[in-house]
Amino acid sequence: MSTPGELDVARALALPSVALAPETEELRSEVREFLAKERAEGGFVPHCDVWLSGWDERFSRELGARGWLGMTLPTAYGGHGRTALDRYVVTEELLAAGAPVAAHWVADRQIGPSLLRFGTEWQKQRYLPRIAAGECYFGIGMSEPDSGSDLASVRTRATQVDGGWKLSGTKVWTSGAHHAHAFFALARSAPVEDGNRHSGLSQFIVELNSPGVQINPIRLLTGAHHFNEVVLDEVFVPDDLVLGEIGAGWHQVTSELAFERSGPERFLSTFPLLVALVGELAAEGDRLGTEGLRDLGALVSRVWTLRRLSLGIAASLHSGAAADVPAALVKDLGTRYENEVIEAARLLVDIPPDPGAEGGFARLLAEAVLHAPGFTLRGGTNEILRGVVARGLGLR
Amino acid sequence: MSETVSETDELTAMARSVFADHPAEIADGLPTQLWSTLTELGLTQLTLPEDAGGSGGTLADAAALLLVAGEAAAPVPLAETGPLAGWLLHAAGLAVPPGPLAWAAAGKDALTVRAESDGELSVAGSLNRVGWARHATRVAVLAADQDGSDVVLSLDPTGPGVELTEGTNLAGEPRDGLRLDLRLPADEVAKAPDEARELLLRRAALSRALLLAGAAARALTRSVRYAGERVQFGRPIARFQAVQQQLALAAAEVAAGRAAAEAAARIAAASDFGGPDAGFAIAVAKARTSEAAGSVARIAHQVHGAIGFTLEHDLRLSTTRLWAWRDEDGSEAHWHTVIARQALAEGPEGLWPLLTRAS
Repeated sequence: MSTPGELDVARALALPSVALAPETEELRSEVREFLAKERAEGGFVPHCDVWLSGWDERFSRELGARGWLGMTLPTAYGGHGRTALDRYVVTEELLAAGAPVAAHWVADRQIGPSLLRFGTEWQKQRYLPRIAAGECYFGIGMSEPDSGSDLASVRTRATQVDGGWKLSGTKVWTSGAHHAHAFFALARSAPVEDGNRHSGLSQFIVELNSPGVQINPIRLLTGAHHFNEVVLDEVFVPDDLVLGEIGAGWHQVTSELAFERSGPERFLSTFPLLVALVGELAAEGDRLGTEGLRDLGALVSRVWTLRRLSLGIAASLHSGAAADVPAALVKDLGTRYENEVIEAARLLVDIPPDPGAEGGFARLLAEAVLHAPGFTLRGGTNEILRGVVARGLGLR
Repeated sequence: MSETVSETDELTAMARSVFADHPAEIADGLPTQLWSTLTELGLTQLTLPEDAGGSGGTLADAAALLLVAGEAAAPVPLAETGPLAGWLLHAAGLAVPPGPLAWAAAGKDALTVRAESDGELSVAGSLNRVGWARHATRVAVLAADQDGSDVVLSLDPTGPGVELTEGTNLAGEPRDGLRLDLRLPADEVAKAPDEARELLLRRAALSRALLLAGAAARALTRSVRYAGERVQFGRPIARFQAVQQQLALAAAEVAAGRAAAEAAARIAAASDFGGPDAGFAIAVAKARTSEAAGSVARIAHQVHGAIGFTLEHDLRLSTTRLWAWRDEDGSEAHWHTVIARQALAEGPEGLWPLLTRAS
């Protein structure tokens, strides 16, 4: 370890301050108009944590038809050749509105970009146009019963056979696997070499209707079925469905993490509750005390700031700069913020959380409280992320 | 855009090296050598037009300079002289004299300002905690005259009719009291520019937010360095996860404060501080940097152990500023209230549009 100093800190935290282009703001207005219409027509009701729980294939196809999925993919693959900031604006509008985005979420956010970067021409042709149309849904097969934060310890094994690979093992916490068409499975294709645990890992595209795939529900503490256990028993994956290079799985998986960690979904999961809180507090009028004003002001100030940080990272990534450390920071800060909204809401408004309520504050509060434990776990626990930040600062 | 960025980068690199060559301790007087170097380089009146004796720089340059000044704990009144007093005097059509300047926005009851029959103005009352007044060649004061209209006064703090009582903030920066009972010639008074009071408060809050962002970065940098050097239990304390986690939390606060301050500076520059977007962004910037200041200072001291709590260690150069500045120009309690009132006025459906309004 060299002595950490000014350069490490400055480099680790440097981000541009982004001004969005007028075309991007125009796009925002279109999305807002569409969302208002959908809501008015009963197309959706706002919920918290919609990117886990809001599975609605009709809604995803509507977005696809409007060109709002696969936005950054080239037009040759059914994409729209738009900028990362255009996609950012569409995504944040959907999340802020509490719209149902879970069906296409994983495919649009990381499968599309990964396929574009590491996939073969045949794979791109096979999946990308349907992802952009909102018709093809994916899951992620990384975690296992004994591999959570320590991802390199995965035990799912890939054995080479004639024409492809046979995969055996168990993946867990796979959101939406019971509806999805395929998932990316990270598996050990060769033993650990020279003590380098990151070697010998590979990524495979597993189509979930393949023989030997068994999908079992893992119910959330609410009783809802979003997570699954996916058991792979000698599942044959043809060579055509190997993603990228055999043995390069670790590099491929980690190179996309900054995208996954810094988006608006890392601080907007409880935004619909904040909106409902403003509604309740505005109704109190002059009876709202100083303390209430201060707490509300803090929530508004923090989310404005998080959005600025997150936009800066999106712009950095778009220009090809590394942003692992700020991305880890945003996820730590943002997911803690999602919890702060809950704490302020329950203390400022005397309405108990009610999962059975028709809608409004009581139901949103119940959803937020019951989903909150996941916020600071998924996509890397906050403790692991602080370790990433510490490394970026030169501390380890 | 890239060209502007690189010009601003050059300016910050230059300012950094100037600050590094001079002591950051606040001694008895103003560090004259540092001040004259900054003046020669055109950094003391950076955004004032060239024909008024300034450098004609952009607001982005001015913001970058304040961030660096905060990082360096530079013991000079850069914010007061340029973006505040310099701007106020010039916008009112008064001369901007050379040398360090101070400013004050007098409340309605603080000063009595009355036009006399000979054309002069009588000024009586007191101003509290005026930054750097004892070193200023002039104090630019925004005050209400007998009709309630805002006027700008250019006062000599060492002149007759001014009684100066020295005071400081937690960082030892001059915050002086002024008792005034004097007459001002007509050419040292002018009608205030439109919205002067609001614009002045915005400029003060944004300047302070940028200085805070810089000071927070300094406290973090020093703490990271110290954790790498200090050995306990046979290894640098940086190796302990408990220490790493604390510094990562501090880094998140530093990044958040900086992002808010820089975004507000960019948004304010687009409308020369006017309009609702700039007002909201600046309120957030000061609230968020003030909020970050407390946790960053606390973690910095915890990581440094007892040595950081002593006069001999220079950690205090950043932490005492964090503690002083978070309460100056509106604490987070003040700005959170302002922000909340606006959010409530927009209502639930207006909240997201409010957050995304400025590009």
